[in-house]
Amino acid sequence: MSFFEYLVDTAPLFLEATRITLTLTATALAIAMILGALVAAMSMSSVAVLRWIATGFIGVIRGTPLIAQIFVLYFGISGVLLLPAFWAGSIALAVHNSAYIAEIVRSGFQSVPEGLTEASRSVGMSQLKTLRRVRAPLALRAILPVLGSQFIIAVKDSSLVAFIGMPELFRTSQNLAASTYQPLTMYLIVSLYYLAIVLVLTLLVNRLEHRLSAHRR
Amino acid sequence: MTTQEAAEKQSGHENEPLVEMRGIVKRFGDTVVLDGVDLVVHRGEVVVLIGPSGAGKSTLLRCINGLERIQEGTIHVVGEELVYKEKHLNHIRSRIGMVFQAFNLFPHMKVIDNITMAQQDVLNRPRKEARARAEELLERVGLTEKAQEYPDNLSGGQQQRVAIARSLAMDPEVMLFDEPTSALDPELVGEVLQVMRTLADEGMTMIVVSHEMRFARRAAHRVMLMADKGIVEEGPPEQVLEKPNSERGKAFLHELGDD
Repeated sequence: MSFFEYLVDTAPLFLEATRITLTLTATALAIAMILGALVAAMSMSSVAVLRWIATGFIGVIRGTPLIAQIFVLYFGISGVLLLPAFWAGSIALAVHNSAYIAEIVRSGFQSVPEGLTEASRSVGMSQLKTLRRVRAPLALRAILPVLGSQFIIAVKDSSLVAFIGMPELFRTSQNLAASTYQPLTMYLIVSLYYLAIVLVLTLLVNRLEHRLSAHRR
Repeated sequence: MTTQEAAEKQSGHENEPLVEMRGIVKRFGDTVVLDGVDLVVHRGEVVVLIGPSGAGKSTLLRCINGLERIQEGTIHVVGEELVYKEKHLNHIRSRIGMVFQAFNLFPHMKVIDNITMAQQDVLNRPRKEARARAEELLERVGLTEKAQEYPDNLSGGQQQRVAIARSLAMDPEVMLFDEPTSALDPELVGEVLQVMRTLADEGMTMIVVSHEMRFARRAAHRVMLMADKGIVEEGPPEQVLEKPNSERGKAFLHELGDD
């Protein structure tokens, strides 16, 4: 069988696995965005305790491997609470990404010049209105490209969830590699799927970025 | 200057005080920046603050609208005492215009939106009315054709004129200028000073931190020389800028002469 025949033959299995990978990653990133924004807000808070908690959280999460985090959540929690692989994987990915997203959001807000906040406050805009009309839109423009690359990393990192038995893309390629004795072919094919997802994602981010950067053209 | 103009120039002093600062002490950590400063500015007056850098001119100006907090003393603006409560500060600030050295236009908004935002969000003016006011002010600063541009596409002088229009759109009682021409290329200073002079001639109450001695001579009713954490000399421009009484005043003038 040729590479192309394998590609066509495995398509139904890999497309189903793509659906699982996308659902898993999207769920994880949705949670990660909320958690990350929360941690970012804590890290910029005037309350010292909140800043320490945020710093500690980011330090621990960024300082340990994702695969260990997935295993701890899956095997650790299942002793007390049986978490299905999908949720163990999603939550581990979410927590992991939230630490990086928190740092991206924080640096985005810190990139907004203090003078613009002062200009907004000095015409009588409240703190909240200044956030909504000036700081958040400008922070978003700084955050978006970096967030885009974090999303791309998250898609590829989701392959580690294969090791707790989720039938997502990478797990599917492992199974097929074993059953067909064609590891090289299957790992090449699965790489193409990841590449396709990443390309589409990149395109979407670029388009959004383009729309938000009207002021620089 | 005609005698009538001179009389008008003096008339400011007869009016009510718009800004009244008493015994202002400002510290950054352990460093005292302002040590018991008094400043009273009446309606229609143009006061120019001069002095060496680090003398606290900008800090004093920024205390007036609460961008800097004072440790001791009292500030009254338009009859109301300044207290550091969010709602009250927003209200007071909407009545005080401020123009910054770095322009600080909102880069993600078109020129016109820079000028309409606070009109709509703070004064609750309807969009149409806010736009009409913005267009009127853009015409006044000579930038009608730039309404749909983004600030980054404007020269420094144009940006500063938009910033002035943005402040004026709030119909402020008093305008604060914090070194409005210091970040500009020399050939762009004139257009900004021209707008400021017109504003002064129209009777706007202005407090200006500036190194532009020509502006001080031409437009100021009163010049204040700041040094050593306070005001060391004040009076009409011809006195402070030509025959100062204090040693600090003479020394400062001497340094300017060396330029």
